[in-house]
Amino acid sequence: MKAFSYERARTPAEAAAAAAEHEDAKFIAGGTNLLDLMKLEIETPAHLIDVNGLALDTIETTPEGGLKIGALVRNTDLAAHKRVRKDYALLTRALMAGASGQLRNKATTAGNLLQRTRCPYFYDTAQPCNKRSPGSGCAAIGGFSRQLGLVGVSDACIATHPSDMGVAMRALDAVVETVKPDGETRTIPVAEFHRLPGDTPHVENALEKGELITAMTLPAPVGGKHVYRKVRDRASYAFALISVGAVVQPDGTGRVAIGGVAPKPWRVEAAEADMKRGAKAVADGLFANARPTHHNEFKRTLAERTLGSVLTEARG
Amino acid sequence: MPMKFNEPAGANPIDRQKVIGKPFDRIEGPLKVTGRAPYAYERHDAVENPAVGFVVGAGIAKGRIKSIDVTAARKAPGVLAVVTAETAGKLGLGKYNIAKLLGGPEIDHYHQAIAVVVAESFEQARAAAGLLRVDYAAEKGVFDLRGTKDTSVKPKPSGGDEPDSAKGDFAGAFEAAAVKLDETYTTPDHAHAMMEPHASMASWDGNKVTVWTSNQMIDWGVSDLAKTLGLPKENVRLVSPYVGGGFGGKLFLRADAVLAALGAKAAGRPVKVALPRPLVFNNTTHRPATVQRVRIGAGRDGKITAIGHETWSGNLPNGKPENAIDQTRLLYAGANRMTATRLALLNLPEGNAMRAPGEAPGLMALEIAMDEMAGKLGMDPVEFRILNDTQVDPENPERKFSQRRLSECFRIGSGRFGWSARKQPGETRDGRWLVGMGVATAFRGNLVMKSAARARLAADGRITVETDMTDIGTGTYTIIAQTTAEMLGVPLTQIDVKLGDSAFPVSAGSGGQWGANSATSGVYACCVKLREAIARQAGLDPLKADFADGQVTADGKSVALAGVANARDIVVEDGIEFGDLDKRYAQSTFGAHFVEIGVDHATGESRIRRMLAVCAAGRILNPKSARSQVIGAMTMGAGAALMEELAVDKERGFFVNHDLAGYEVPVHADIPHQEVVFLDETDPYSSPMKAKGVGELGICGVAAAVANAIYNATGVRVRDYPITLDKLLSAMPEVG
Repeated sequence: MKAFSYERARTPAEAAAAAAEHEDAKFIAGGTNLLDLMKLEIETPAHLIDVNGLALDTIETTPEGGLKIGALVRNTDLAAHKRVRKDYALLTRALMAGASGQLRNKATTAGNLLQRTRCPYFYDTAQPCNKRSPGSGCAAIGGFSRQLGLVGVSDACIATHPSDMGVAMRALDAVVETVKPDGETRTIPVAEFHRLPGDTPHVENALEKGELITAMTLPAPVGGKHVYRKVRDRASYAFALISVGAVVQPDGTGRVAIGGVAPKPWRVEAAEADMKRGAKAVADGLFANARPTHHNEFKRTLAERTLGSVLTEARG
Repeated sequence: MPMKFNEPAGANPIDRQKVIGKPFDRIEGPLKVTGRAPYAYERHDAVENPAVGFVVGAGIAKGRIKSIDVTAARKAPGVLAVVTAETAGKLGLGKYNIAKLLGGPEIDHYHQAIAVVVAESFEQARAAAGLLRVDYAAEKGVFDLRGTKDTSVKPKPSGGDEPDSAKGDFAGAFEAAAVKLDETYTTPDHAHAMMEPHASMASWDGNKVTVWTSNQMIDWGVSDLAKTLGLPKENVRLVSPYVGGGFGGKLFLRADAVLAALGAKAAGRPVKVALPRPLVFNNTTHRPATVQRVRIGAGRDGKITAIGHETWSGNLPNGKPENAIDQTRLLYAGANRMTATRLALLNLPEGNAMRAPGEAPGLMALEIAMDEMAGKLGMDPVEFRILNDTQVDPENPERKFSQRRLSECFRIGSGRFGWSARKQPGETRDGRWLVGMGVATAFRGNLVMKSAARARLAADGRITVETDMTDIGTGTYTIIAQTTAEMLGVPLTQIDVKLGDSAFPVSAGSGGQWGANSATSGVYACCVKLREAIARQAGLDPLKADFADGQVTADGKSVALAGVANARDIVVEDGIEFGDLDKRYAQSTFGAHFVEIGVDHATGESRIRRMLAVCAAGRILNPKSARSQVIGAMTMGAGAALMEELAVDKERGFFVNHDLAGYEVPVHADIPHQEVVFLDETDPYSSPMKAKGVGELGICGVAAAVANAIYNATGVRVRDYPITLDKLLSAMPEVG
């Protein structure tokens, strides 16, 4: 770990301004991912801005009947929130499928969205990785890639985004709210928040330098049955091989997002038009441009079968 | 003169079983759960303010270091020393090591240690380690076991095991058999994945070094550290009273101890070193992968007429094979038999012992084969095994087993588990889940090792036992105290046990499930001597003395132990040596594993529902700690069945999933219910304790029982471990 300087920010705008002033600054909230990465020198920020003191830890009802979730709301609190459990059960189920109780107590809403890939080659600094060290190559392509992505990937990177929460947020059409160093605020639909790798896999999201996430908002509830199914080799405390987050309406329409297959929570709205035709039709749309490796081609079958099981459960 | 154990044990004070055989809590438990039992990296009670060493591992699997630039690291804040092979001076290679523990310029495997950076703080050492600039000349290596099957060779015999065995006419009998099986199975590389990483703290006093470490075999460690550092053995002291898990990964001297010693020497002050978790997997040893071919021939009556087992594994130069065929030589009857072991050269990290080395992967294959064979014969897998049980060594029928109640384990287990409810493959459904049951034999040899101890009676009647035996989470402290209390007729609370210090008499150490039986036998021998000394001191006839209720009694006269030793403690030292009873009789431990599993019909996820082990392993010294050993081993077996695999990058030559996020082991949610039954028995051929071991028996066969349960649930037979969902998916039923 490299030595770093540290400050506590008092307001979101001040935090964003501080981040813009320093070379290599990072915000730190729960630290459940960043600290690990710093210890391994995968992240080497020169300056940390602690945002835990910002008053961004509340959940409020929006005028539209949705929810505004402060960036610092801990995963445990978000999952347990009465309205979330009632109206956005998919989100509660996704959160509870992630990490462990201890980690969920620390991890924040914004931090969860910003967590980085668990690709084992990204984690080994002796290995080439275009995400960690742009231009160095990708050891995962042609290496051990069972856990990695098959859709939305590129010749430079096949990493997946590991979040469960993000899958639910994507299916629920969440919106990210931010503040920039100059104090300007903006909103980014979660669909547009994460970037596909292309030939710049180190650029992972739409945030500008210094820009701070202040909240995520959920639109008014959409009803339907909410199912989150996370598939993994062990029963708990493991990242998803794949996960399926679905909201299914009584008429058989609905929406679905998939985790563990792509550099972002994977949802193809066009494919959802086929929900009534069943899992295969939807999966065909979701994976139309898939380019699996020998190690991870099973994920295509697995996603379709899991979706089929989820649809059966939702309709049953 | 140590006690010689040459003939079966007769009646002795252990048979009273007033203390032995009772489920006492661990006597050191309160220290551990309150954080007062210091582990190697925390020995600040022994060493004040040690500097910290951070180990740097090689970034290539094979080749040479062209140069290491340490300039920036040396100048970094807080740095006291940087030690590399260039600066360390001449180093020897330990008897139990095959690759250098400080590599360079040649690199033998990925993450072989190439430097230790010593600084005032851990953070400074780690930051400075990141500043080393290493220039490598990488070479191509061999990393894929399956690709080497044709170039592998017959290894030298190791540890008395011939690589090949034959009896009768295997080829002819197999050819002629009415029912035949010929299948190939694979097991992957496994990591010990113990909680406490390898860690050591070293302090020099002149040319003498003391190393507080985490090690299973103190005397091996002392010898090899002396050899590595070029010191006389008496100049090296190892101290390892608490070990946070070993599983065979801490049998040997490893880089942490050597680099702590070298770092301390270079820095001129004590240094502590722990292997960072991502280094543990490639820097240390692992259980090697195997490819195994099993052939079984039987008559229509189900009796095995031919059984053959061949195994291939790989290792670094001078490494040993994984003896996966050993159990097949002894487990089932059959007149015509063969086994063969082949070894390939691989440039992966060193393969070596992990819990039930050889037996665990061997039974993973053999016990699926037995299940498949039962299927071909249309027999119940339990009945098929009972039918082919034997009371003699099948290769040498005149050699009997000292005790063998395998069939009883199966019969008792069948009843308890409700085995008769098992249906045909794919027939049991519970909602989303396909449900199945599986069974397998547990079978593991009973090894014995010479072991010594020192015992001391103080004036207040307290008795202290000292031995270099280790407690690696197994319960050694408690069973040694129980043995002593039983022998001296005092309550357990009167006994103090001190372990894991090379200043104490040399013990069996912890390995090969020999530790509990051998070390308590050594303590038994020592207590026999202490009883004599006490009786004499009390003026009683040692031959007639009886020890009970805190008193020694002979000829109607009783003397309280408290007070026998007056000004001076009574101190004795003795041990036990084992003769050839283990050659004259086949000595083993036995068990039957039963597993019920659910497999999600859509996703192929396998989730264990319940497990039962019925074990026959001689006298159980402490049912609570023995059960703890067995359920831990069952959990490890479940991991081997369902998830554990060191993923090999076959181009770059290393284990990719080198942390506990990537190398998955079972969590609580994977293991909902476990039951263990011990048969009530003693084995007088084993030792005066009439005990054996259970720590490795518990893992033997478990993975196959899980595999067989998955087959029973789904009708899909997977022969390549771990049985992850991707291997089941294509054959699973339609989703509905």
